[in-house]
Amino acid sequence: MVKYTIKRFGLAALILLVAVTTMFLMIRAVPGDPVSIMLGPRATPELKAILTAQMALDQPIWRQLLIYLGGLLRGDLGVDVFSQRSVSDIVFQQLPYTLELILVSIGWSAMLGIAMGAYAAAHPNTMIDRVTAAISVSFIAAPAFVVALLTLLVFAVKLQWFPAIGAGEGFADRMSHLVLPSIAIGLSWVGYIARLVRASMLEVMGESHIRTARAFGLSEPRIVGIYALRIAILPVVTVIGVGMGFLLSSAVFTEIVFARPGLGKLVIDSITTRNYPVVMGSVLVSTALFVISTALADLINAILDPRARADL
Amino acid sequence: MSDALLEIDNLCVDYETARGDLKALRDITFNINKGEIVGIVGESGCGKSTLISAILRLIAPNTRFRNGEIRFKGEDLLTASEEKIRSLRGSDISIVFQDPMQTHNPVISIGNQMVDIQHRSKAPKAEKRAYAAKMLAAVGIPDPDARLNQYPHEFSGGMRQRIAIAMALMSEPDLLIADEPTTALDATLEVQIIERLKNLQKDFGCSILFISHHLGVIAELCDRVVVMYAGAVVESGTVREVFHNPKHPYTKRLIECDPGHIKERARVLPTIPGEVPDLANLPSGCIFRDRCLQAMDRCTSVPPLTDITESQRAACWLNHMEAAE
Repeated sequence: MVKYTIKRFGLAALILLVAVTTMFLMIRAVPGDPVSIMLGPRATPELKAILTAQMALDQPIWRQLLIYLGGLLRGDLGVDVFSQRSVSDIVFQQLPYTLELILVSIGWSAMLGIAMGAYAAAHPNTMIDRVTAAISVSFIAAPAFVVALLTLLVFAVKLQWFPAIGAGEGFADRMSHLVLPSIAIGLSWVGYIARLVRASMLEVMGESHIRTARAFGLSEPRIVGIYALRIAILPVVTVIGVGMGFLLSSAVFTEIVFARPGLGKLVIDSITTRNYPVVMGSVLVSTALFVISTALADLINAILDPRARADL
Repeated sequence: MSDALLEIDNLCVDYETARGDLKALRDITFNINKGEIVGIVGESGCGKSTLISAILRLIAPNTRFRNGEIRFKGEDLLTASEEKIRSLRGSDISIVFQDPMQTHNPVISIGNQMVDIQHRSKAPKAEKRAYAAKMLAAVGIPDPDARLNQYPHEFSGGMRQRIAIAMALMSEPDLLIADEPTTALDATLEVQIIERLKNLQKDFGCSILFISHHLGVIAELCDRVVVMYAGAVVESGTVREVFHNPKHPYTKRLIECDPGHIKERARVLPTIPGEVPDLANLPSGCIFRDRCLQAMDRCTSVPPLTDITESQRAACWLNHMEAAE
């Protein structure tokens, strides 16, 4: 298990290295001189030369890459062009807002989705199964920004149950600020996970070992909730792992609608102001989170499934 | 017959399908006495598996019980409550299933599965584990205490089948149903498993319903044998009677086709020509008529299962002819 963990995170680091390198080269391949963009049209050649040297742009490209990677290892993501603040400070200041949004969204939708899917699979082709299917499909079909706007209108503006914008201060306030955005993001995931769990569960319930469990008189809740669900959950863990990364980007809409601080909003703001170091830094952190969450999903699967552990 | 443990009377089971009712079991009648080993033999699709799922009501949703009774210790299982059936499962009646590679939960350790099936016992978990280890030792798994922590994929097929047998015997059932327990195993393992079943039966004194298409295994292990064809019992009797003096043409052909029976090197293995009739669209008369070499006019009506000797019964008109002559 320890060996597998090291191997899996080694792979994650390698993926991240490739991603960073690609991103770095892509930005360098874009025509135009970053120094001119940063300093504007009226900059003096001396000023340009100083900044070029400062950003190591006069070095060959492989040295630039090494310098950048070296900075990354020290946690240095560069400097904000406008405020001269460290990019890592800016990104890590915004990161918790996005993380709490994603974790809460995935958390509630996974719990509800798994319960719905397992229940539907335990009672296939009944009225309840059909109703959950209809609910799931309509949830999947609802785009996050539409749900965001609707919940905002109904629960924040009309009913005034929950705050409309911002992220809040202190635990209780932050949680109440999370309710509507996490509904907006999580709703389609509820449907998606419920469908996935149902399909996966039905497959497992047809396997011989379930018949064995029944032949030993184990209770139906135990068979469904432990013997079948522990296997049916495996693909869901993988999907959630990938979904976490996907959510980093789809959270952008929700963060804008609810005017929440966060990584998504930071990226949009810095793209519109051509603040390249911040764009690069926040995309890099998102990529890292994506790679880490898929690696974590694999690890959780290895813990849940002894067969996967044995193969590695 | 007063010491009958399981009595099956005129059991008729259908599967409802889009093509109409599939008559999977028709008029099945036989019983198993206390401490007896009864074998069921027949081709694939003859209803062996339907029969054992019917006994424990581990049935597919489209199964319909049309007629008959299955009595266990005098109580009808078909009309018993779901609660009652569940209380028998894994305590009074245990099953060893066909495919040892699929029979255990792949993500739960063998030890936990063996502790879980003792859910009726109030004993502390450590005691249940100790009992599980003892049972593993009884079926010849070396180092049982350590192996309890392992998962099914860490055992070989033969070991898994022995574990399945150990699990089935844990509750000291009155009836052990073994559904082709050796089919997925190679020949040497098969012999080992049969020997072990025999010894365990002596130790625990349970009755065994042993399902197989391997005649040699049935002859080796069983006291009595029931021959099934296309969802019906065609012949039953002691192993000696049925194998040495078969009274149904199907049994005769089955014995002739058994590879263990063929003494000389054959160019082509003998088979029974023709196919098992379509159970959704049964032909009239004797079900074996189309494949029977001795079919005659009288076979257009269904032959009843009649007593040949005190213990042997067969469903063939030929026996009536002999009796008449």
